[in-house]
Amino acid sequence: MEDKEKKVGIVANIQKQFQKRERKKTNYISAHDSAKISRENRKITNIIERKRKRRFVPESEYLTTMHDEKNVVEFDNVHTYFFTDIGTVKAVDGVTFEVPFGKTVGVVGESGCGKSVTSLSLMQLVQRPQGQTVEGEIRFNSGDKAYNIVNAPASVMQMLRGNEMSMIFQEPMTSLNPVFRIGAQVDEVLFLHNKGMSKKDVKEKTISLLELVGIANSVGVYKMYPHELSGGMRQRVMIAIALACDPKLIIADEPTTALDVTIQAQILDILSDIKTKINSSIMLITHDLGVIAEMADYVVVMYAGRIVEKGTAQDIFNRPSHPYTIGLMKSKPVVGKDIERLYNIPGNVPNPINMPNYCYFKDRCEMSIDACNGAYPPFLKLSETHYVACYRYENTKEEGARNE
Amino acid sequence: MSNTDFKKESTSSSIGISIKKFFSKIGLILKKAFKSVVSFFKNPVKYIKIANEKRRAVINDVYTPLVHNPENILEVNKLKMYFPIKAGFFKRTVGYVKAVDGISFNIKKGTTMGLVGESGCGKTTAGRTILRLYERSGGQVLFDGEDINKLKGKKLRAKRPELQIVFQDPYSSLSPRLPVGEIIGEAVREHKIVPKDQYDEYITKTMEACGLQEYHKDRYPHEFSGGQRQRICIARALALDPKFIVCDEPVSALDVSIQAQIINLLKDLQEKFGLTYLFISHDLSVVEHISDTVGVMYLGSMVEFAPTKILFKNPKHPYTEALFSAIPVPDPDYKMKRIILEGNIPSPANPPSGCKFHTRCRMCMEVCKSCVPNVMEIEPDHFVVCHLFDKEALEKNKEMEKELKAKTETKSNLTEE
Repeated sequence: MEDKEKKVGIVANIQKQFQKRERKKTNYISAHDSAKISRENRKITNIIERKRKRRFVPESEYLTTMHDEKNVVEFDNVHTYFFTDIGTVKAVDGVTFEVPFGKTVGVVGESGCGKSVTSLSLMQLVQRPQGQTVEGEIRFNSGDKAYNIVNAPASVMQMLRGNEMSMIFQEPMTSLNPVFRIGAQVDEVLFLHNKGMSKKDVKEKTISLLELVGIANSVGVYKMYPHELSGGMRQRVMIAIALACDPKLIIADEPTTALDVTIQAQILDILSDIKTKINSSIMLITHDLGVIAEMADYVVVMYAGRIVEKGTAQDIFNRPSHPYTIGLMKSKPVVGKDIERLYNIPGNVPNPINMPNYCYFKDRCEMSIDACNGAYPPFLKLSETHYVACYRYENTKEEGARNE
Repeated sequence: MSNTDFKKESTSSSIGISIKKFFSKIGLILKKAFKSVVSFFKNPVKYIKIANEKRRAVINDVYTPLVHNPENILEVNKLKMYFPIKAGFFKRTVGYVKAVDGISFNIKKGTTMGLVGESGCGKTTAGRTILRLYERSGGQVLFDGEDINKLKGKKLRAKRPELQIVFQDPYSSLSPRLPVGEIIGEAVREHKIVPKDQYDEYITKTMEACGLQEYHKDRYPHEFSGGQRQRICIARALALDPKFIVCDEPVSALDVSIQAQIINLLKDLQEKFGLTYLFISHDLSVVEHISDTVGVMYLGSMVEFAPTKILFKNPKHPYTEALFSAIPVPDPDYKMKRIILEGNIPSPANPPSGCKFHTRCRMCMEVCKSCVPNVMEIEPDHFVVCHLFDKEALEKNKEMEKELKAKTETKSNLTEE
């Protein structure tokens, strides 16, 4: 009897170990396969890089016309992929939205959903050669001309970057250079984009910029190093650098995530003040729905590299339609609302290397229907401004069409 | 010629003076050192007593000992944590950073207390001092009626597992060289929480309670996402069968949807094991959701302490009002009435006199600049430290303002004359 029990125990143990190995295998790629993938990747990226590094790129390749003259930026079916050794990561997979003049567009989503990569592809700051914008158009309106950022060569980008569009990065601690004074770092931008300006003028402009972002002791701060400032002050300096050349578009990549509530309030105030002062548009990237509700006119909700819902702030917050948006709203505790238990979206974000061929959110969705097993859902129009990518609204859309 | 001679003379004389000064300084220092050495050898017990009294005079460690209330698991009384600032060649103490400056509160068994405030106000230091990760400089911490700071050796070691902490950043608080099973089980083995033959089973059980699978045991922390790492941190704290856990900003480094998972997990565990939490955070909406009582800290001292519902309904202290007005509300039609605080938080090494908040307060009066406010109980269980709710202070303020007026008038009269 004892022998039998022992044997059963051993068999169970072996089975357990086998299961463990099986689980490990799912994420495993052999060195041979990996080398094969990287060889193929190099072929693709080399073609794109060679095209980009040509000495003379004719203007006709990167000049386009805007679809709507009122927009600063139009993202049109943008695909940004990362070619890694274990497969292609589709970080941005067909994103389409517009940023109108003088408006704030908020981009919301979990980390890793491609919101930062979207903004980086607009600035052409994606890590090359692995990261490439392979498809689509990003049209940027600089007044008299309209550029297609995807095909623009480096010389054109240098003229646009920091001058016509600029970026406020996430962590002010790491994005300021610790060995240069604050003044020098703001001056640099002005010198680069205004060749004729004298040193004295540049310094005056810098000090006035520092005053504009609410630094009281601007002359003193001009001579300070970044480590002498607090987090909020550093973020103000970052904003001053971004504003240096009166850009048409400011991209704010999680500008208040690393800050306190009170300082966050100050920074948001400054941003909305400045927007009206120099009349520029803001693309605000964050995962804080409270910040979005306060700042944004239009909201874009992203999930796993795709837009799942877009519309005006009223549309999104009063009538959230995509299950992901609804889940996101429910999972955030709100002051003044008594909830016994927070809702949490079940499961995890799917593996970015092999995405399913049905709706990416279906596995975590609690409202899925039969149609969800089909191809990825197309954009459905709920109202003039409100779009959603979900099969649940297919019937309502048809009804709407009939009524029209 | 004459000019250069003059210069030489002047420089040599100045050097002479500076040398003299230098030696006289050294002499003074040596004299002091000699005196203290002599006094030490004459009567060492008295010497140490006097030194301790001097230190105590700086820290001003005065409190009335607490009477233990069996309902409370933790009672904190005038807790102080001063970090010395060392300077000079001999690394003498020049001053103190008053990170925690006399806070008192108590937590009932099985409840959660939230601790909120700006960064740099001493929330984290308070949490760590309570756990005795820092040696406190003054005050009293009673855990189950026992003064933690008086425990020593084996008794302290036996007490340690009952008080645990979940750190802020799950990316830096897990050792990258240890597999998860070892991270969670190391302390269990050391403290002999369970017999050896039940060890494996026990670890699996705690991991499952925190939403981790058994096969995660052999993996290393880098293979996990942020939310799962935080689960490991919680499992590590929970494995020791604690009564009280300090959660030091456990969700601030996580995404919104994962935040909800972790908060729900913490709440479930509280119900299951009857835990008590001290929840430190600067995210006010999370604190409101999870805690039963809330304490608001500013620059090392507690400015308001009340049950959550009362505090969020009518915050009384001007700082709390400003803090609450800054919470962004996810509703585009909501119009905010923000009270924006001017300037930055002052240095805790040299805090403002009187009420510490008076430099940024919009309701600042004359009294606030010189007198330290008392703790006022304006409603049952609602404590505020502000002159606005103290009748005596308001009367005093009237007198002070009168005096000030008289002074300015006399001054203006003098200038006119």
